[in-house]
Amino acid sequence: MSSQQIPEDSLPAVQETAHGAVEGTDDPFADPGLPAHKPRIQDLDERAANRSERAVALMFTLSMLATVGFIASYVIFPVDKIVYIWPFGHVSALNFSLGLTLGAALFFIGAGAVHWARTLMSDVEVAAERHPIEATPEVKAQVMADFAAGAEESAIGRRKLIRNTMFGALALVPLSGVVLLRDLGPLPEKKLRNTLWAEGKQLINMNTMKPLRPEHITVGSLAFAMPEGLDPESHDFQTQMGKAALMIVRIEPDDIKDKRQRDWAHEGIVAFSKICTHVGCPISLYEQQTHHVLCPCHQSTFDLSDGARVIFGPAGHPLPQLRIGVNSEGNLEALGDFDEPVGAAFWERG
Amino acid sequence: MKKLSARRRHPLAAVVVLLLALAATGGLYAAFAPAGKAQADETAQSLAIEEGKKLYSVGCASCHGTGGQGTTDGPSLVGVGSAAVDFQVGTGRMPAQQPGAQVPKKKVIYSQAEIDQLAAYIASLGAGPVTPTDKQVDPAGADVANGGELFRTNCAQCHNFTGKGGALTEGKYAPDLEGVSPKHIYEAMQTGPQSMPSFPDTTMPEQEKKDIIAYIESVNGDETESPGGLALGGLGPVSEGLFAWIFGLGALVAVAVWVAAHTAKAKKS
Amino acid sequence: MSTATKNPSAAEPASGRKAPAGERVADWADGRLGIYGLAKANMRKIFPDHWSFMLGEVCLYSFIIIILTGVYLTLFFQPSMGEIVYHGPYEPMQGIRMSEAYASTLKISFEVRGGLLVRQIHHWAALIFLAGMFVHMMRVFFTGAFRKPREINWLFGFLLFVLGMFTGFTGYSLPDDLLSGTGVRFTQGAILSVPIVGTYISMFLFGGEFPGHDFVARFYSIHILLLPGIMLGLLVAHLILVFYHKHTQFAGPGRTNKNVVGMPLLPVYMAKAGGFFFLVFGVIAIISAIATINPIWALGPYRVDQVSTGAQPDWYMGFAEGLVRVMPGWEINLWGHTLVLGVFIPLVAFGLVLGVIALYPFIESWITGDKREHHILDRPRNAPTRTAFGVAWITAYFVGLVGGGNDLWATHFHLSINSITWFVRIFFFAGPVIAFIVTKRICLGLQRRDKDKVLHGRETGIIKRLPHGEFVEIHEPLSQGQLHTLTAHEQYKPLELGPAVDENGVKRKISPVQKLRAKLSKGYFADGNQIPKASAEEYKEISEGHGHH
Repeated sequence: MSSQQIPEDSLPAVQETAHGAVEGTDDPFADPGLPAHKPRIQDLDERAANRSERAVALMFTLSMLATVGFIASYVIFPVDKIVYIWPFGHVSALNFSLGLTLGAALFFIGAGAVHWARTLMSDVEVAAERHPIEATPEVKAQVMADFAAGAEESAIGRRKLIRNTMFGALALVPLSGVVLLRDLGPLPEKKLRNTLWAEGKQLINMNTMKPLRPEHITVGSLAFAMPEGLDPESHDFQTQMGKAALMIVRIEPDDIKDKRQRDWAHEGIVAFSKICTHVGCPISLYEQQTHHVLCPCHQSTFDLSDGARVIFGPAGHPLPQLRIGVNSEGNLEALGDFDEPVGAAFWERG
Repeated sequence: MKKLSARRRHPLAAVVVLLLALAATGGLYAAFAPAGKAQADETAQSLAIEEGKKLYSVGCASCHGTGGQGTTDGPSLVGVGSAAVDFQVGTGRMPAQQPGAQVPKKKVIYSQAEIDQLAAYIASLGAGPVTPTDKQVDPAGADVANGGELFRTNCAQCHNFTGKGGALTEGKYAPDLEGVSPKHIYEAMQTGPQSMPSFPDTTMPEQEKKDIIAYIESVNGDETESPGGLALGGLGPVSEGLFAWIFGLGALVAVAVWVAAHTAKAKKS
Repeated sequence: MSTATKNPSAAEPASGRKAPAGERVADWADGRLGIYGLAKANMRKIFPDHWSFMLGEVCLYSFIIIILTGVYLTLFFQPSMGEIVYHGPYEPMQGIRMSEAYASTLKISFEVRGGLLVRQIHHWAALIFLAGMFVHMMRVFFTGAFRKPREINWLFGFLLFVLGMFTGFTGYSLPDDLLSGTGVRFTQGAILSVPIVGTYISMFLFGGEFPGHDFVARFYSIHILLLPGIMLGLLVAHLILVFYHKHTQFAGPGRTNKNVVGMPLLPVYMAKAGGFFFLVFGVIAIISAIATINPIWALGPYRVDQVSTGAQPDWYMGFAEGLVRVMPGWEINLWGHTLVLGVFIPLVAFGLVLGVIALYPFIESWITGDKREHHILDRPRNAPTRTAFGVAWITAYFVGLVGGGNDLWATHFHLSINSITWFVRIFFFAGPVIAFIVTKRICLGLQRRDKDKVLHGRETGIIKRLPHGEFVEIHEPLSQGQLHTLTAHEQYKPLELGPAVDENGVKRKISPVQKLRAKLSKGYFADGNQIPKASAEEYKEISEGHGHH
């Protein structure tokens, strides 16, 4: 961005005005200088000043009282005491009283100090000079000379071997820190590709913790399931649920538009991953009349009667479907794992 | 209104409603019943169906068809059960006023006795979920914490953490559950009105429904405690952010204006 | 410094009387720290009075409040994802499995006396801190206070804003409740969308698959140590530069580019600024007494398979949330790889929208070519293109913010969430254009009004009937101070590229970059993009003309 082509006259003329009144110019817009100070009532009337003093002292006193009130509230109110205070509702007496007294104690210190400054301290405006930030040419020349002398004495310019190896060493040394981060977590490998679902695993109702049966699920109802054998108290429950959570609805088989979906269902009972394919929120705002399911996080909308196709919002692909059937006991079971990764898309998903 | 809805969940409210309903049905029955005949339960039932059918043909048949078979304007009512009628008419949603994304809750125009008659008629068209008894919906003694867990699994995705409601697609919404009677909550779970899916007893047993009702009562009622102060609608960060901007930053800017303003000058005399 | 050569016997004046204790302590400190030299330069430092100059102080003080309350919270908070069953006093959670982080936050809220208050102060102060930084930044932007020599300080401030957003976000995630967990889940999904390295970053950040058992502890050290540490350093540098540059001021009589007019630090600003700290703390404490923030007990502990509608981040992330919500779900699958544009584009757009405002000072100074120091602030109307750009930027930001809360807009204004999403999709682009045009018009109108005021005086509203029956409104001439204030701004001329051929008839080479610059310069300063201010000649002509009446 060379400045060679800038005609300097594109800059406005520098407005240099002296401090204080400009006299004797015929410029009607000249700076008349700082206006004369006008006194406040407190500057002229000692009684007004005394009133201000009392007001400030009153505020500081109120602050002291509020602090006493704070300590008193702390002692008096039990932590679980709930009181009704209009219009705030059924609030904690302790929180309310501590907050108000602390707030008052602090506010009145500030208000007192500001009132003091505004009414009793001098309000004469003062002008202070600014000094240029840039160094004078002499200073700059001196610095340059000092730097050149230092650089010359270090011989960094001549002894290139030292210079280059030093830069090399400095460039490499942070790598140690980067390497140390390796054990923050495992490599992705195939972890995002499979879930706990496998052939023969029963669908366990999240409400009753019992296996779901086809007759449990009526048209228009919504149920959630996890794989048999997953214990809510186990160490990796959350991690496994983050991939295996299932949403089950029943749709009249004739209403299912997608052939594969119908094949993977059991008498119209379809099991879809509950994990949104956008960024992984548990999606389950199921509108039973339209068979649309909406994600509460970013409003991706899927059509559960059409292969969970995305019909609105930022999700990029349909919810994965789990192939289900019925086992010998008449319970719903998975006929395998999902055939694609569940949840948010990622680079290696393919 | 507030007082009314508060009283609606008074422990005796259900009893009062029941007594009124009984009195009304009894009165109607007395007025229409052939005098001097032995009155079996069955006759009372068939009478209610008969009365319900009359109400139905006046108020409902234009949309749902003369026999409840449904038309282009309204779905079939065969097999929806008395619980669905009690919910839809008992919350004022039916009869619907105008077409829209969703039929909203309104003022109830039928008496509970009439609603019961309508329900009896619809139930006679085909088996469906039955209006729950007071015992079935009574949350007393239920496990609130378990109800919360169930609520977050099954309900919060549409109705918000504490049942404040939320948006669905295309202008539809899950309503706020504040002030909804336990019976209507129970019926909604059983029948799945409008967009809402149903949660039948097979996947969510009666006791779990009671737990959920108890949880809603405890977190979204008139007596709900909000220890920290104003609940700001229970809507989370959006209302908190608005509050922080308007009242937080607003108050601080007002204070800053005072701090920086020049003190009043003495007037020249 | 002259004070370095202080007479060692100064502590005991000639009279033999011992100096007061305070002076002796100061002498002791001066002998070791050189405090008199510092005090000489700063004790009577001048600060101009204007309410908008105190917005930065709102940020500074809320930051201090956040640190104070944050330290208190660390005394009780357990940054652990170890699971326990709750048996505390809050009934709707009894018997529920939850992380120790969530349980300890319940404990702070229900068992530690005043714990709830401190939590609420911490969180309210955080929201106000970010809001304060936003408004402070806009004040600096619209008054041109970012110009030389303050560009670096602008960048420091910008970094503080961005770091504040991430510090806030990590803090919001710590209680491990259902709302914040949903936010963390989003973050993980967003990280996965990063091409090539996304899955690796996710595995390393969460110590394996989501949610794992590490993120609370890791976010904790980021939230309480790493980010606030960097912010503290930047904040100190920011304040040092404010002191070093001296504060800017608005034009006015006696206020020039070479001075600063106002009140001295001691005593006035010591009292005003010191008092303001207590005022800010007091206001936030009162808000925390009366309004709940983040009632985690109502939200429940985080479970990957649970969610609530109305899941939003705190307001400062709302704009990014909006971009994510309205983005169409583009996904490209090629050669066995997936490019998740539906998530990745909003991430990049988030950075770009913020980046453009960060770099603006450099863009503007390149267009103007102005290398001088500026200490007199612009009135926004006097820089119409800059002001219009700023309003356009804010419009984009707020349209994004609307998108971030589209579900609540839908329920509370009875609208369709799909229509709101479409509105945001269109107005994220159209809104700024409209805002730009409208703002520029308004600025030019205000400039014209200023010019009229200078040339014809203030409209008094007094109607006078002239002897021949004509009615006129009396215009009162402005004082010289007012005339000066309204004409003190500088007006640039648009950059001319000069003739296409030089004096020898050879075609001059003008780089496309220079052409762009000339074009932008025209957009800023050409006729029609700013109103030439009243000149002294115009003024004299008119005022003399009045004399003839």
